[in-house]
Amino acid sequence: MMRYVIIGAGPAGLAAVEAIREVDVEGEIALLTMEDVPAYSKPLITYLLGKKVQEKNMLYRTREFFDEHRVEVRTGAEVVRVDTDSNMVYLKNGESLSYDRLLIATGGAPFKPPIEGLEKEGVFTFTRWCDEKDMAEYIERNGVHEAVVLGGGLIGLKTTEALMELGIKVHIVELADRILAATFDKKASEIITRALEREGCEVHTNDTVVQVKGGKRISRVILKSGKEIKTRLLVVAIGVTPNVGFLRDSGVRLGRRGIMVDDRMRTSISNIYAAGDCTEVLDESTGEWRTIAIWPIASAQGKVAGYNMAGREVRYQGGIPMNSVELAGIPTISVGCTNVEGDDVEILKYEDPSSSVYKKLVIKNNKLIGAVFVGDIDRAGIYTGLITHGVDVSTFKDALLDEGFGLIYLPKEYRKKLIEGELKVWLE
Amino acid sequence: MGCRLCEIHCITAHSKSKNIIKVFRYEVPQPVPSVIVEEKEYTTFAIQCRHCEDAPCIQACITGAMHRDPDTNAVHVDHEKCVGCWMCIMVCPFGAIQRGTVEKKVASKCDLCVDREIPACVENCPNEALVLVEVSE
Repeated sequence: MMRYVIIGAGPAGLAAVEAIREVDVEGEIALLTMEDVPAYSKPLITYLLGKKVQEKNMLYRTREFFDEHRVEVRTGAEVVRVDTDSNMVYLKNGESLSYDRLLIATGGAPFKPPIEGLEKEGVFTFTRWCDEKDMAEYIERNGVHEAVVLGGGLIGLKTTEALMELGIKVHIVELADRILAATFDKKASEIITRALEREGCEVHTNDTVVQVKGGKRISRVILKSGKEIKTRLLVVAIGVTPNVGFLRDSGVRLGRRGIMVDDRMRTSISNIYAAGDCTEVLDESTGEWRTIAIWPIASAQGKVAGYNMAGREVRYQGGIPMNSVELAGIPTISVGCTNVEGDDVEILKYEDPSSSVYKKLVIKNNKLIGAVFVGDIDRAGIYTGLITHGVDVSTFKDALLDEGFGLIYLPKEYRKKLIEGELKVWLE
Repeated sequence: MGCRLCEIHCITAHSKSKNIIKVFRYEVPQPVPSVIVEEKEYTTFAIQCRHCEDAPCIQACITGAMHRDPDTNAVHVDHEKCVGCWMCIMVCPFGAIQRGTVEKKVASKCDLCVDREIPACVENCPNEALVLVEVSE
């Protein structure tokens, strides 16, 4: 009987559980998580802080899920070392487990820059449920009414929104010349910036925190520009990095940051697989191997890893970066390459400044390679499909941004494949 | 033929009053139809959730709201869990999921009219263009 050990109970780990059980009903599955609760949704912590989600709805898979799939769950289980010769996983509490097939789905850990005073009370990163609990309690206890968020990416901005819900004035400090620089195009950033400012938020771009002042607890921060902001709360949200420290000297090959995997999600060690934010994958939109830390890719990779671990050979087709987020009441979606320019690139745009609606499509070699939707995201998935599946759009290009655009404009052949469910993120 | 009666009956079936006159006269906001009629020149068709076997919306959902009913295999949204992040809208290649308008702004899609014997759109299609087919594995 096969013994599977999965490290990490996020979307990649759980998708792997589902996939393994589709193929192998007998094998033993042990799921290890350093969290106290398995299968809670990390993106929901900002909603929880902003009181838009109740605690009971933090779990995206119920406890019954683990019974149904016959999974032995170990919470509070932090893996400190993997011995790839003896096929053993060692936990911080001294325990160890053996495996036949191992999946590493440990996700990312927040990156902390070397800033003077960062150890002071009142400085938080914000990626785990325990961070939410600590921060909510700190805010309550200290009567925080002004906060600084370092980093204008998705985590930073969703945290900003939650803090504003609590009546806290927020300063966003972003090193780049605009917020959301990594995920959205310039115009989208501009619209979101305006909307946040309208709600009372201050956005400081081309700037960063160089020093945290105060006694034991933070009292103000000093920015590179020389500005000083009085605050009792600093949230550091400048990005996450693959959580792979425990693989040091294990023999599992790492890329620039994440775990290197092949198209079966297998690492350099043949019975060890990896999936999700801890890996480096082929970014189809650029042809580059990198970490794309998004939920749909983690799920897809987990599924592919699970199938292969259980003996059903499937190949992952690669992923495209994409994000969907509603900020300051404006729904926004970005897919693929949205910041490219050049002679071989054609840009289609639609703008209605009165309603904050903005749409942009990027076309290269007759194919759609990127899309941005702000304010109006209706049927955005149709465009995601065209990008993902590399559909030639030359015959219906002019209609792409028409009001009535839909499936009816797409090539019959593609529509047929869609309807028959032939287009998957993995292939047998 | 593009009569859009399916859209109208879908809205009615998912409204508070379930009465076609009351919905369109008095209910604000009206539910969005879960069936979308597309038109181009002389061609028309109605599209709704395909309840995909390998559903991208379920894979992309950050809350677990989007789920498959183990008995019917249909894909449903748990409106209490949905937070409206619109990941599902981003990944549905059919464009079959929309932002809801009623109560909380949560994802809205075809629920195959679970409370009715025959889905409203099918029952009221005068041309019998919409049919309900059960596909067994």
